[in-house]
Amino acid sequence: MMKKGIVIIGGGPAGLAAAAAARKKGVQDILILERDAELGGILNQCIHNGFGLRRFKEELTGPEYAGRFIDEIKALGIEYKLGTMVMDISKDRVVTAMNREEGILQIHAGAVILAMGCRERPRGALNIPGYRPAGIFSAGTAQRLVNIEGYMPGREVVILGSGDIGLIMARRMTLEGAKVKVVAELMPYSGGLKRNIVQCLDDFGIPLKLSHTVVDIEGKEHITAVTIAEVGPDRKPIPGTEERYTCDTLLLSVGLIPENELSRSAGVEINAVTNGPVVNESMETSIPGVFACGNVLHVHDLVDFVSEEAERAGQNAAEYVQGELGEESGRVIALKAQDGVRYTVPSTVDPSRMPDNLTVRFRVGAVYRNAAVCVYYGQDKVKSYPKRILAPGEMEQIILQKAELEAREDVKEITICIEEEGAK
Amino acid sequence: MEERFLTCIGCPMGCQLTVTMEGTEVLSVLGNTCPRGDIYARKEVTNPTRIVTSTIAITGGDKERISCKTASDIPKNKIFDVMKEINHAVVRAPKKRGDILIENVAGTGVNVIATRDIAVKS
Amino acid sequence: MIYDVVIIGAGVSGSAIARELSRYKAEICVLEKDEDVCCGTSKANSAIVHAGYDCKPGTMMARMNLRGNEMMEQLSKDLDFPFRRNGSLVICLDKNRLDALQKLYEQGLANGVPGLKILGRKEALEMEPNLSENTVAALYAPSAGIVCPFGLNIAMAENAKENGVDFFFHTKVEEIHADEEGIWHIRTCNGEYRTRSVVNAAGVYADRIHNMVSREKIHITARRGDYLLLDHEAGDHVSHTIFPQPTNLGKGVLVAPTIHGNLIVGPTATDIGDKESTATTQEELDEVVSNAGMSVRNLPLRKVITSFAGLRAHEDHHEFILKEIADAPAFFDCAGIESPGLTSAPAIGEYMAEMLEERFRWEKKADWKTTRKGILDPKKLSLEERSRLIRENPAYGQIICRCESVTEGEILDAIHRPLGARSLDGIKRRTRAGMGRCQAGFCSPKVMDILARELGLPLEKITKSGGKSNIVLERTKEVRE
Repeated sequence: MMKKGIVIIGGGPAGLAAAAAARKKGVQDILILERDAELGGILNQCIHNGFGLRRFKEELTGPEYAGRFIDEIKALGIEYKLGTMVMDISKDRVVTAMNREEGILQIHAGAVILAMGCRERPRGALNIPGYRPAGIFSAGTAQRLVNIEGYMPGREVVILGSGDIGLIMARRMTLEGAKVKVVAELMPYSGGLKRNIVQCLDDFGIPLKLSHTVVDIEGKEHITAVTIAEVGPDRKPIPGTEERYTCDTLLLSVGLIPENELSRSAGVEINAVTNGPVVNESMETSIPGVFACGNVLHVHDLVDFVSEEAERAGQNAAEYVQGELGEESGRVIALKAQDGVRYTVPSTVDPSRMPDNLTVRFRVGAVYRNAAVCVYYGQDKVKSYPKRILAPGEMEQIILQKAELEAREDVKEITICIEEEGAK
Repeated sequence: MEERFLTCIGCPMGCQLTVTMEGTEVLSVLGNTCPRGDIYARKEVTNPTRIVTSTIAITGGDKERISCKTASDIPKNKIFDVMKEINHAVVRAPKKRGDILIENVAGTGVNVIATRDIAVKS
Repeated sequence: MIYDVVIIGAGVSGSAIARELSRYKAEICVLEKDEDVCCGTSKANSAIVHAGYDCKPGTMMARMNLRGNEMMEQLSKDLDFPFRRNGSLVICLDKNRLDALQKLYEQGLANGVPGLKILGRKEALEMEPNLSENTVAALYAPSAGIVCPFGLNIAMAENAKENGVDFFFHTKVEEIHADEEGIWHIRTCNGEYRTRSVVNAAGVYADRIHNMVSREKIHITARRGDYLLLDHEAGDHVSHTIFPQPTNLGKGVLVAPTIHGNLIVGPTATDIGDKESTATTQEELDEVVSNAGMSVRNLPLRKVITSFAGLRAHEDHHEFILKEIADAPAFFDCAGIESPGLTSAPAIGEYMAEMLEERFRWEKKADWKTTRKGILDPKKLSLEERSRLIRENPAYGQIICRCESVTEGEILDAIHRPLGARSLDGIKRRTRAGMGRCQAGFCSPKVMDILARELGLPLEKITKSGGKSNIVLERTKEVRE
């Protein structure tokens, strides 16, 4: 059986950043397994700009952002296998994979980094009634067809869901000559960035209908029309508000789901809110030596954060195989997401193993104006960060300090919550 | 006097901005919660610009389209002129990230450059 | 040429009849209006092999159900399609309906259903812990099973094809008449076919075909049923097929594991005028959810990956019509095939073939192929065997559909075998590529590429399911390529 220091599953932005960081920490035998025919993951099809403002202080397109990391991987001489599908990860970190050239590969890994990314929610998950004709695509599938393969799905488009991929595709389809008739969003707010609403919809006069959903799909062979209707606070369609749009394409941008089938079958504990692994301060899952980063862990808003988080996973995995990660002290502080905070990554902190400053990321469950992100050590409110706006579409973060937690040995639980003006 | 209505893109607040103009001169910006809104509004009403990203047909490569962008932002009202040139261009593999694919696109003085590598078809 | 038999419809009944007839020295063809076999009722149903207690004793339905159930196991081995006897439970939720459960039990006994047993609440809940709290008793039928409906239909059709039966797709029957010599002339959108006998296995359109040649009209109503399909993760929520107690409209909303490890919930029952209307409706999807929730608790509805609707071919007398039409000699009906039609198909094939054979007395082929090999599923191989397979054919090392782990090798096999797939849905029904939790999001561009390459077609011509279901419209960019 082949042996490797670190095996990284996925050669997208998370896997690439983790690999480079682990190499810089001194691990020589790293192997990246990528199922696609090239490195870079989903960034290759995200040809729009807006990536890297935080990391590189310039505005890059997806392929450019990926390209910089791919160059680095190659410069560092890190081994990777393309067209290679991982089929199984065992508890003792034997990775079974497959490709055309080598057949079945079994690799014993000192550490495994999960970086498989996420997938789009399909129509079926929404139970939209009507026919099931051709012409219905998840936005990412359409993005691949248009940007990589060079084919137009159609000319008259309706988009359901105002997540960023949906908004970006509204502009892409328009620039390529299609007419985007409307973007419907079930929620009373968009899950996408304001900048994308302005530059992808407003610039081209594409209407955004909040609190609307698709209630019927027409066309037996190919889609010919959809009906959208307004929804009430219960998100159920309001009779009488139906509007019919003829179209030859329906794009769905209705959410992303971390892809954790491998993690689950390996026995990794999964967080029911994020659908990603539960990790500790070291980005380590419930299986020692198995780390996770990127969209497989929780769906990110900006790739810049993926890279940063993946580097931490890569460094920690390197320390793990080098025996330097440090013993667990036995003191585990649980991070509790409460009152508007949907989850936190990580879920637990061992003060003895954490860096001096640990970034904790989370998302909120609704739009809040003039509220505060509050941190409690046990019952003590220790921090309150006023926020003019908090929205589900954007990731939020707080910093935990090692020195503080080491000084407060009584703390067993840290609560992160949203407090609105006038409350408590 | 003319009023223009904008949504600020600075943050998720999405402040609704009202810009009052006299010809090309900005008299006032209202509705912003922070200074970024003021800066954005003044630029957006006097000289709105965008980076255009798309793909260009490529021959002899291992793919048939290469992703590209305008090397810097171009006037917003030139977006479709730029797209027209992009849509008619054909380039030949190999191409590297950063290679110029179209010079001075639509007379904007800006080049269209490749945003990825495309190797020669093996 | 003049055929001995023309079968109208390449659904599960038509294919079963074609297979059974293919053992004789006769010229046979199947005419199908759609692009593939298994495109109508046969592709959208509960995929259940019923035990046979629902049918009225003495009916053709009861006879075919029992015989079909009995045949299924050997057939699944001969023709290499997935089938398993998982047993079924009819759940009684109301003390006042215990009588009806008892009657169902007795009806089953009368029909000859083996192993039937009425279970008390405790026994039922032990067998199936997610049954409703309100369970009073249950009728257990160990002989009930689950099958891959596509697998069954495609296997029989492929076997028929290998034994010399011609299949013509995109061939819709427009008019039928007999000449003076008793030869039937079938006019289709694809030319005329002449034949000594006709079998009408046209599903929801069997009335239309019948009524073209007979003064004794029949009437078939399309009875639509909506279903939900849940992810593999929900596949073990129940291990048996769970039915409510039946009503006039049918067997009610069932909850069952599928042979491929998903969970299926449905169907509703709504009579509709339009025989093409396979659109789901919000009301009925809601009804599926609320009805299923009555017999099974904690249904993981967040794991729904798709919903669909199927049409049952409900004949006014709720009975299979399997006979020669009195005023149309050598024209045989196989009509009104609604539930338990899938279960009955092998028996219907056998019965109809015997009926025709009696009439025409064909000789048997000496070289009739009883068996057929399905598409190789590398998941069933050991790692060593799988490695060897990939060395021999690298296409088996390339995963195309990640949700269902389908390789390029399987997709190539699906395209190039007899009656090969021509569309994304054709590939899906044969290999399960695109059937999984992402619902073809990742694999459809790749499968389209493979189809285009193997069929020598431009990508714009690749369809989801034939006809006008093209997936992409045109190339980007205004350049000549």
